[in-house]
Order: sequence, then structure tokens, then C-alpha cells
Amino acid sequence: MASNKELKVSAIENGTVIDHIPSENLFKVITILGLDKISTQITFGANLDSKKQGRKAIIKVSEVFFQDHEINKISLVAPHARLNVIKNFEVVEKSDVTIPDTIVGIVKCFNPKCVTNNEAVTTHFNVINKKEVALRCHYCEKITTQEELRFEAS
Amino acid sequence: MPEMKNRSLVSINDFSKEEILHILDLAEEFEVNPNQKLLEGKVVGSLFFEPSTRTRLSFETAINRLGGRVVGFSDSASSSATKGESLKDTIQMVSRYADLIVMRHPLEGSARYASEQSLVPVINAGDGANQHPTQTMLDLYSIRQTQGKLDDLNIFMVGDLKYGRTVHSLLMALSNFNPTFHFVSPEELRMPREYKLFLEEHGIPYYEHGELSEIIDEADIIYMTRVQKERFSDPMEYERVKNAYVLKRNMLKGTKDNMRVLHPLPRVNEIHTDVDSSPKAYYFDQAKNGVYARMALIAAVMGLM
Repeated sequence: MASNKELKVSAIENGTVIDHIPSENLFKVITILGLDKISTQITFGANLDSKKQGRKAIIKVSEVFFQDHEINKISLVAPHARLNVIKNFEVVEKSDVTIPDTIVGIVKCFNPKCVTNNEAVTTHFNVINKKEVALRCHYCEKITTQEELRFEAS
Repeated sequence: MPEMKNRSLVSINDFSKEEILHILDLAEEFEVNPNQKLLEGKVVGSLFFEPSTRTRLSFETAINRLGGRVVGFSDSASSSATKGESLKDTIQMVSRYADLIVMRHPLEGSARYASEQSLVPVINAGDGANQHPTQTMLDLYSIRQTQGKLDDLNIFMVGDLKYGRTVHSLLMALSNFNPTFHFVSPEELRMPREYKLFLEEHGIPYYEHGELSEIIDEADIIYMTRVQKERFSDPMEYERVKNAYVLKRNMLKGTKDNMRVLHPLPRVNEIHTDVDSSPKAYYFDQAKNGVYARMALIAAVMGLM
């Protein structure tokens, strides 16, 4: 048992724990997954100690189980996030997020002259590099890099 | 024969090598016989949200030579865009009137978006600094007509290689044909890294030069572009380099007999007018080829050929 360790975010009976979120991106993850609009219990903590990341955030969502395509949406803001599926207080499944081949919505095109920044058009990118994130805009064909990533307000 | 019927033409990168060659063959047929009433009874929506001389007139000439009719506007001031109508609504409406849409728009990516909203094919006549595929097609046609082939050519691109969309699209399209590139530009306007990386990945040789001089003797094609003052962060730098990228008649002396000078136009002073009477000046014929290339593209997407 993790005995001496104090649990900073209380355990859940059934649901999903999303761990290893960069603290600064906690609220982006909440927005992207639409957790601000659901009715089941959610607890979260930020600026927790992490051996890997220094500071991390964690979210525990009761009674919600994500499909891969839903959870992969957070891969750009939390590339090292780990999912624990909880049933009866036990971890029954662990998985990591992966960057999908195409990204629809979520990210803004960095090009101010792109049609997506000037008309009501949902952004659409083809991922051309997953390691050092590079997204080619389906519309203006310009490449948005990791440093230029900006997220759409929901 | 590649099937292009009902397909929108947005980006040169959407064309395979076979499709490019097919369009060039069609253009050649139209050059031999430019008046064919294949588009009779059809209406083309010509939506120019920003002004253009050559592109609009050559599209309208192409449509008229094919026997079609044109409706539309030649700048956004005479469209409902000034009333705040969205691009989506304009396209939804016009695609219910016309059989084909030709569109120029200042926003990058607007052509792809319009093609997704339209009920009929959309031909991109330029979307901001992004793509201008019919220009690339007429450039390829001009190169093939003057050289008798597209393969294994020495292509010199001169001037503004950083912002010039025509050189970028031409570079991508020619990469199918084993070219050697020479890039001649001032330091501030060099070919962007992403295109040089593309060439390296595809094993295509390229050389960069700071000045237009005797190196052009090796050229099969010299593709001139305009060096614009407003592209320079330092106006002094512009003054220093501006004359280094002007092509003059005496510079053509040692060049190959088959060499031709191309320019997407408008020209300002980067090709001296004394070049115009040289048999190696091809830029006005290049503009004429735009009519045949556009006739070919229209015929292909309308399934007329």
C-alpha cells in the first residue's frame, strides 16, 4: 500500500484518473475534454510534486470513461498524460495518450491571414511531425509548430 | 486518362504527375484550336474578391472561347461581402446559380474552404499568398512548349524567392521532373528553408547565388520575379541590391539558344525593356498560354474532354 503517502486528491470508486498533466495546462485539458460541462463529481489538483515533471496536475472524473479519440485530443497540451481506468477503487487499465494523424478544432492556425482566423471555420490540421509537433493547416497549408501552438477558446 | 470531372482545383499539390501532363496535353489541343463551344449553355461564376488583371481576363477569355457565359464581380466592393456576408453564404448561393466557380480571395485557405461549401467545382484563381495553381499550370506549359520537355532542366529562379508564391508552387510541381535549381536572390529574400529541405529529401540539387551574372549561361529557363521595396526591413538594403536583380539584353549574350525568360507579370523594372525584343523573351507568350491552360483545366473539371 502507498501507506505513508498522503492522498492529495481523494480516490474515486469508478471513473478515470488523468495523471501527469503539465500543471500550466490543467485548465486547457478541462476545457478540451468538456469537463466544465459535465454533472458527475470531478476533483483535481495542480502543482503536485512529480519525479518526472517537477510539477504536475491530476484530474479524477467519476463515472466517465473516455474513448481513445476523445482523450487523444489532449495530447498536444499533455503529451505525457497517463490514463487510469478505475473500477471499485482499483486500477483496471492504464494507457497513454497519442497524437492523432489529424486534429479538428482545438488548435488555432498561427497564420493570421488563414481563412480559419477570419471566417467561422473549424480548424483542421494534418500532423506531419509528432515528436516536435508540426501541424499542416488543411486550408492555408502553413505549418504551425510547437512554439506557435495556440488553443481555441471554447 | 485521369478522372478530374467534378473535382475542385485548389492547390498544385493536389495534382499527380499524370494529371499535370494530361492538362498540358489538353492545353496544347486548345492552342491549336482555341475556339471550341464545349461550354455552351453553361454559366461560370467568376468571384474576384480582390482585383486582378491577367488572371481574370484570361479566365474570362478561356470561358468565352469555350462558348460559356460569365457572371460575377471583379472586386469585393461590388459584392455583398461589403454588407458583411460570409464567404460560406456567398459560395452556397453562387453554387446554386452557376455550373462552375472561379474564385480569387485574399484569405489563405479560402479556396479549400469554398470547395467544401460549394455544390459545383471551384477553381482557385489565387488565395492570398497561398496557392495559384492555374499560374503554375501555365508556367509548366510554357516551359514544355519552349523546351519540348519538362525533364532534366536547369531552372533559374530570380528575385523574391521568399514571398513569391509562384516560385514555390512551380518548384513543387517541377520536382516531379528531375530538375536542377539555381536560386538567385538577395539575402533577405532567399528561398525558405522548408522548400530547400523538401528538395534535399527528394535528392534534387539546388544552388544559391547572391547575384545574377554569368552563371545564367547554364540556364534553360530563367524565371524572373519582382523584388519589392516593401519586403525589406532596411530600405538602404533595398537600394543596395535592387540593381543586382535586373535582367538586361547584354546579359543574354552567352546564354544557351534554347534558354527562355519567363515572368509571371506584372513586370516593373526587373527585366529591362531592351530584353522584350529578344527571341529569348517569352513572358508575353507565357501570359497568352494562361488562356489555353485555363481552358484545359475548365474542360477537365467540367468533364468536357
